[in-house]
Amino acid sequence: MSNLSETLQKLKASGRKGLIVYLTAGYPDYATTLETVLAMEAEGADVIEIGIPFSDPIADGPVIQHAATLALKAGATTAKSIELVTQIRKTSSVPLVVMTYVNSILGYGKEKFISDFVKAGIDGLIVPDLPLEEADLLEDICKKQNIPLIGLIAPTSTADRIKCIAQKAEGFLYCVSNTGVTGGRQNNYDQIGAVIENARQVSQIPMAIGFGIGNSQGASAAARYADAVIVGSAILEKLTNEGVAGARSLVRSIRETLDEESE
Amino acid sequence: MPDKNGKFGDFGGRFVPETVMPALIELEEHYDALKSDASFQEELHFYLQEYAGRPTTLYFAKNLTAHYGRGKIYLKREDLLHTGAHKINNAIGQALLARRMGKKKIVAETGAGQHGVACATVAALFGLECCVYMGKEDIERQALNVFRMRLLGTEVIPVTSGTGTLKDATSEAIRYWVTNVEDTHYIIGSVVGPHPYPMIVRDFQKIIGEEVKEQILNYNIEKLKYIVACIGGGSNAMGMFYSFRNDKEIIKIGVEAAGKGITTNEHAASLTKGRPGVLHGAFSYLLQDDDGQIIEPYSISAGLDYPGVGPEHSFFKDSGIVEYKAVSDEEALQAFKRLARVEGIIPALESSHALAYLEEIMPKTQMDETVIICLSGRGDKDVDMAIKVMGEL
Repeated sequence: MSNLSETLQKLKASGRKGLIVYLTAGYPDYATTLETVLAMEAEGADVIEIGIPFSDPIADGPVIQHAATLALKAGATTAKSIELVTQIRKTSSVPLVVMTYVNSILGYGKEKFISDFVKAGIDGLIVPDLPLEEADLLEDICKKQNIPLIGLIAPTSTADRIKCIAQKAEGFLYCVSNTGVTGGRQNNYDQIGAVIENARQVSQIPMAIGFGIGNSQGASAAARYADAVIVGSAILEKLTNEGVAGARSLVRSIRETLDEESE
Repeated sequence: MPDKNGKFGDFGGRFVPETVMPALIELEEHYDALKSDASFQEELHFYLQEYAGRPTTLYFAKNLTAHYGRGKIYLKREDLLHTGAHKINNAIGQALLARRMGKKKIVAETGAGQHGVACATVAALFGLECCVYMGKEDIERQALNVFRMRLLGTEVIPVTSGTGTLKDATSEAIRYWVTNVEDTHYIIGSVVGPHPYPMIVRDFQKIIGEEVKEQILNYNIEKLKYIVACIGGGSNAMGMFYSFRNDKEIIKIGVEAAGKGITTNEHAASLTKGRPGVLHGAFSYLLQDDDGQIIEPYSISAGLDYPGVGPEHSFFKDSGIVEYKAVSDEEALQAFKRLARVEGIIPALESSHALAYLEEIMPKTQMDETVIICLSGRGDKDVDMAIKVMGEL
């Protein structure tokens, strides 16, 4: 079992909710990303999602778009993001999931992209613009490299699709909370909750809700339906406005809320 | 036809978030049903004829023919359509489609503003709410079209994300559609985007070539040697070429924007200089760096200023069905001026790229051979730009 599945299954078994934190690699610079990853882990993040900055991130809202634009302007590259993972692995074994768009993978070379990141030490891959119908582009390579290709379900997913996606799911299932992009504040998770119910009929895999979770209240509302919550834009906003300390305090407060509720 | 996953050979597909997939599948189902629905086709035909002004003429450009002194040159006059370009063909088709699907709102992206104006026009006609995403830079460059859209009752939303141009406007329109997919139809402006869009836009534009096929019979044109059209995303070219895709003896040439030259970094020649990748949901030729980051294109013509191209064109390139070339800003401007002086027609700067390629092919054309150029739009919208670069004449 991979580091990722093991961590999430353990949490599930102990009745705790998982916390997944998203950071854009190279924003505002690689040294800060490295520092923030370690700080997030120290504050109780269970999994870190490393976003590879892409020029045209179709699923992302303004905060992550802006972070990607600035990271690229500051010279972020795929090779440097691989090096970041290597650096993280020198001191941390926190499960790392890379989140990237199809063209970042194709541009760098799909076999090389996946094998270089796996060698550096990642535990999973999320590709938001690779739906079920296109998944064969990467499935075989991920299997060969023994790396979970994380599936996504959305409020608009039909019952048939939920079933297909959940049956194939590895690592965890990424449950998109709304029909929009990342970062839009959301506090009602009933709709995705119903989709998750559906997915649980066919799969025991941990379910993580992402998109729009910006604070403790949101996290706690989402955690009612899911095994883990994913926080991204809100962390980047804190990082921009208050530095690593700001990101730390947000993660700490979400962690505390999640733990209080599972007690 | 594309396969069931929307692939033309290796190209096309649906590289979109899961949120959008059900909407694309729904769109495809509706479209498949309507394609063979006689009342839909009748309705479409009515608006194309009575409202847009179809069929457009295939005009024998006698003076331009005399200018080169070689074969005959005909112009397919899409510039004569309502709103001034072929874009209206697709806008009418998709607005009718939206109405049949029960969608009350349409969203679109626009670069130069021609597609935005076409969408704003049909939205007014059919009583649909419309919002158009447009790059901040393009809003400044195309003030006239921005006013036209607003006059027609459309909300124009400036896009500042990324580089604030057409590619970012397209991303924003897709994001808006993702968020409001329940009541909104997205009208993409060219043969690009995820399946079924490249197929739908092609089907609404292929009337251009179908009319030409009839017109060449009426005009007794026997030796049709070249068909030439400009390519940004490639909708007028696809509309023009599609009916001739199996006519091997006719040479089809798509002309991209070479901007300041294809050996510089300032051009929009995706097929000539790009390599395949994924942008806006489709696998196709693309201007990108080694990491797959999209490179901002450049052309004097805003309508050709796009880093990608329709997936079916990529397929046509790799299978040799169409040849793709590129001409520079400078060559396009000369053609712009030439047609105005010789024929009394001011062409769009986009179409001027196709006209500019006459310089290359006319010397190789025999007296009894014929060349057809798709004059995709009129140049009124480009006058401000022309004043800037050509100065007072």
